Amino acid sequence: LVEININKGNVEPLPIAITDFLQGELAQKISGVIAADLKRSGLFAPIDKGAFIEKISNPDATPRFEDWKVINAQALVIGRVTQEGDGRLKAEFRLWDTFAGQQMLGQQFYTQPENWRRVAHIIADAIYERITGEKGYFDTRIVYVAESGPKNARKRQLAIMDQDGANSRALTNSNDIVLTPRFSPNRQEITYMSFENQQPRVYLLQLETGQREVVGNFPGMTFAPRFSPDGQRVIMSLQQEGNANIYTMDLRSRTTTRLTNTAAIDTSPSYSPDGSRIVFESDRGGKQQLYVMGADGSGQTRISFGDGSYSTPVWSPRGDLIAFTKQSGGKFSIGVMKPDGSGERILTTGFHNEGPTWAPNGRVLMFFRQNAGAGGPQLYSIDLTGYNEQLVQTQGFASDPAWSPLME
Amino acid sequence: CASKKNLPNDAAGLGLGAGAATPGSQQDFTVNVGDRIFFDTDSTSIRADAQATLDRQAQWLAKYPNYGITIEGHADERGTREYNLALGARRAAATRDYLVSRGVPGNRMRTISYGKEKPVAVCDDISCWSQNRRAVTVLGGAGS
Repeated sequence: LVEININKGNVEPLPIAITDFLQGELAQKISGVIAADLKRSGLFAPIDKGAFIEKISNPDATPRFEDWKVINAQALVIGRVTQEGDGRLKAEFRLWDTFAGQQMLGQQFYTQPENWRRVAHIIADAIYERITGEKGYFDTRIVYVAESGPKNARKRQLAIMDQDGANSRALTNSNDIVLTPRFSPNRQEITYMSFENQQPRVYLLQLETGQREVVGNFPGMTFAPRFSPDGQRVIMSLQQEGNANIYTMDLRSRTTTRLTNTAAIDTSPSYSPDGSRIVFESDRGGKQQLYVMGADGSGQTRISFGDGSYSTPVWSPRGDLIAFTKQSGGKFSIGVMKPDGSGERILTTGFHNEGPTWAPNGRVLMFFRQNAGAGGPQLYSIDLTGYNEQLVQTQGFASDPAWSPLME
Repeated sequence: CASKKNLPNDAAGLGLGAGAATPGSQQDFTVNVGDRIFFDTDSTSIRADAQATLDRQAQWLAKYPNYGITIEGHADERGTREYNLALGARRAAATRDYLVSRGVPGNRMRTISYGKEKPVAVCDDISCWSQNRRAVTVLGGAGS
């Protein structure tokens, strides 16, 4: 059956025919979002609907495969959306392998009409997973910093949106500088940094209730927070005098543990997905480099040795790679390396690229880019091949994206 | 860089003659003493020109002992966000330490870092970046 091997590198996108779902405007919008998701992944090339020969009138009938093979549609998606007596939407779809003449997938979902985009993302994830063998990432969200106003009077708010930029809403007002939001593993909480009351500190925000609290009672600025993979701890930097060291706080017992102790700037800590190790950046050797240590702070070992400086490391959810920002020759790049520091690859380079975050399947990164000039930062996604770079549409300027885990 | 006029660190910049400000006022401090110092790239060393400014600040603060001060540390935009928060804090701490060495009591001062989040000059070349790598002494804060 038709398949895409993502591991091959620069994959030729798979020609796929995504027909308008029957029947009506909302059904067509759903198939449109599915096509947009698959196209943005870079792995699929949805075929222009004007080229379609067979007109689908009965989604339950076997399609005329010859009509689809002749336009080189290797896969075909057909669907129907109906409204149930209780008001819910029922969305059904079938995925066909046109050359094998076989159905690859047939599923149906029920939801409230206002969740129509989410159903579209779930269907796109199912198609992506069936054909690539990898989990999809379309039914996910992004927290980020929404920025507005001129550079020297910039307003910042935390905001959350779907991974394709839709359904954005603000999580905080713009009274205080807010930075670096990160999801908890269960997606219910955000940890971030705020300058509220002119005291720069790490906070927790409950997404459901909007309730906020300061993380820990530290005698100085806390910043660069992230959750541990089990969600039980927040790891962050504490600034004291000229030095920053890395601490964790257990969210249940409220106990804090110091992990590094250097006369340097140790920051941007990120756990390995199994929680056993931590990657972070430090300028203890003179300039910013990446280090890995055990979760208890043991065995601190430098892993980055290329030209330039390295920062903002993030461990892949698959565990196989660490993404980073690299400064070299006056340019800012996004790259990846293995956790032992080998196999460095730069995915994109320019005036200013910063702060990668991983899609939950570990195949795509999002980051922010600031071009030279008076404008502001915007979000981009790029896959691990480095070939498929896409602007993520936001209403205003945007920075510090963090990708959510998958919804279970 | 057109935005240099936003930097009120000398009398000309405010369009005032020296001495137009009331002695002991915020304006006197900003115009006649100089409220900010600048740093080299990725450096926290207090340069000679900065030492002269801080020496004047220390003398002024000795003359007007009722003021507490907040020292704001800043970085330019050519760095990553989290590191620059720490770098700004280092610059603020180095500035405070220098003022302590010139006799300003530590308990009159507090420090805060804004990293690269509050640039005053907004062009994309060295002339602006050098204006943004700064520590600004703001009257008010600890002790006041």
